[in-house]
Amino acid sequence: MAEFLQFFFSGLTVGAVYALVALGFTLIYNASEVINFAQGEFVMLGGMGTVFLALAGVPLPLAALVAVIIAVAVGVALHRLAIEPAGDAGVVNLIIITIGASIFLRGVAQVVFDKRFHSLPHLFGAEPLRIGGAAILPQSLVVLAGAAIIVFLLWLFIDRTLVGKAVIATAANRLAARLVGINTSRVVGLSFAVSAAIGALAGILITPLTLTSYDVGTLLALKGFAAAMLGGIGSPMGAVLGGLLLGMLEAFSAGYLSSSYKEAVAFLVILGVLLAMPNGLLGRAKVERV
Amino acid sequence: MLSVSNLTSAYGRIEVLHGVSIDVPEGEIVTLVGTNGAGKTTLLRAISGVQRMTNGSIRFAGTLIESLPSHARVSLGIVQVPEGRQLFSPLCVEDNLRLGAWTHRRTDIRRSLEQIYELFPMLASKRRMAAGSLSGGQQQMLAVGRALMAKPRLLLLDEPSMGLAPLLVDQILQTISALKRDGLTILLVEQNAHAALAIADRAYVLETGRITVHGTAAEVGSDRRVQEAYLGI
Repeated sequence: MAEFLQFFFSGLTVGAVYALVALGFTLIYNASEVINFAQGEFVMLGGMGTVFLALAGVPLPLAALVAVIIAVAVGVALHRLAIEPAGDAGVVNLIIITIGASIFLRGVAQVVFDKRFHSLPHLFGAEPLRIGGAAILPQSLVVLAGAAIIVFLLWLFIDRTLVGKAVIATAANRLAARLVGINTSRVVGLSFAVSAAIGALAGILITPLTLTSYDVGTLLALKGFAAAMLGGIGSPMGAVLGGLLLGMLEAFSAGYLSSSYKEAVAFLVILGVLLAMPNGLLGRAKVERV
Repeated sequence: MLSVSNLTSAYGRIEVLHGVSIDVPEGEIVTLVGTNGAGKTTLLRAISGVQRMTNGSIRFAGTLIESLPSHARVSLGIVQVPEGRQLFSPLCVEDNLRLGAWTHRRTDIRRSLEQIYELFPMLASKRRMAAGSLSGGQQQMLAVGRALMAKPRLLLLDEPSMGLAPLLVDQILQTISALKRDGLTILLVEQNAHAALAIADRAYVLETGRITVHGTAAEVGSDRRVQEAYLGI
């Protein structure tokens, strides 16, 4: 039982981060139908940015804030300089652009930062709490609480503000959004900015537990993408659910089978979803109306 | 108020509008009649700035607008009720209306909402329902209401009667006439040429991307070719 709880909590913690990455995918996908494979780099920028600013003597909270701002600036720049100029290039081309941007950002990070692993101090110390025989680091709870707050704030923004409704409107019907005077390109830019902020925050929250380096983004993007697919791409609730589920699947297979299979789980999930339920758990079937 | 001259537009390499010129004087209803595929929707979309034009110019209230993005044209007062209604179906009726006023200050929205609910009382009773769950006629009213929320100076209507029961068609046409009496300028695209000519001041016939007949609604309605092709006389 203690073992089960242990796996459960570690799965939940990692899953919360996958959920945030998946949410980033979902936001940009909804606004533009683009799968942004540079999403993982936002996570890296959050973690690495905070680490290096802290090393330079910036107080930790300020370092985190600046790192998020940097990630947002990179997100906006990605949209302005790479996605928008491509214009009507087609979604597949835009997705390839994001893959290029991801490689580029990793390369720059290698030069600006370094190639080593880094960590951040735990927010409430590294002394584990004992819950039902399982040892839980306080940072795990910080990650969970942080993720919950981010999801709640995002919901407030989307559901309670007219700007948020404009984001839904753009996702639902881009032509109509343009015809009521919504600058849809700005909405897409906004979705890149918000996705970058969410990714960077996820990176900062998880760094004390899993360490960070210039290339953590690659795997996180894949995991987040698998989570988004599992939940149903385009559905924010699905992204959260998919992320948590994927985290658990990983933790349980690592615990009960072998930790060498851990990384394979995400790929199995992608394959399974594609084969068995292409719309994911909460995604809606895409109907082409003619 | 609106003057389109020599407008051409293409989908890829296929040109669908070959130099169209129309004038919409202030305070009038101008109707654009034509069959499916004549380019009516393309013309309206080019005027709204959501369809690229390859040549020509569009002048609105004295200024050239063809290089302005769509949202800037909405701010100027050119608002379209698109073909097939194009509502934000996951959002509720009231949110659809509020987004209609996107280009206006948030403080004015409440008053505009009340005006729309007065015009279409049915919408008021369904304000919290998802737009996608409304019936066809209700969706059309919502589409018109959403456009009116933007306080248009020129209203572009693309097939407002499409797919509606005859009773509802009458109701929509009466609404359009009422809007004109309130001083709105309207460009109406209709396949139902009878109904459109009955309420319009001026008419253009668009055939495969060219204007073939134009004049006052009465003139166009009595044109023999128009009678044969569109009125079934």
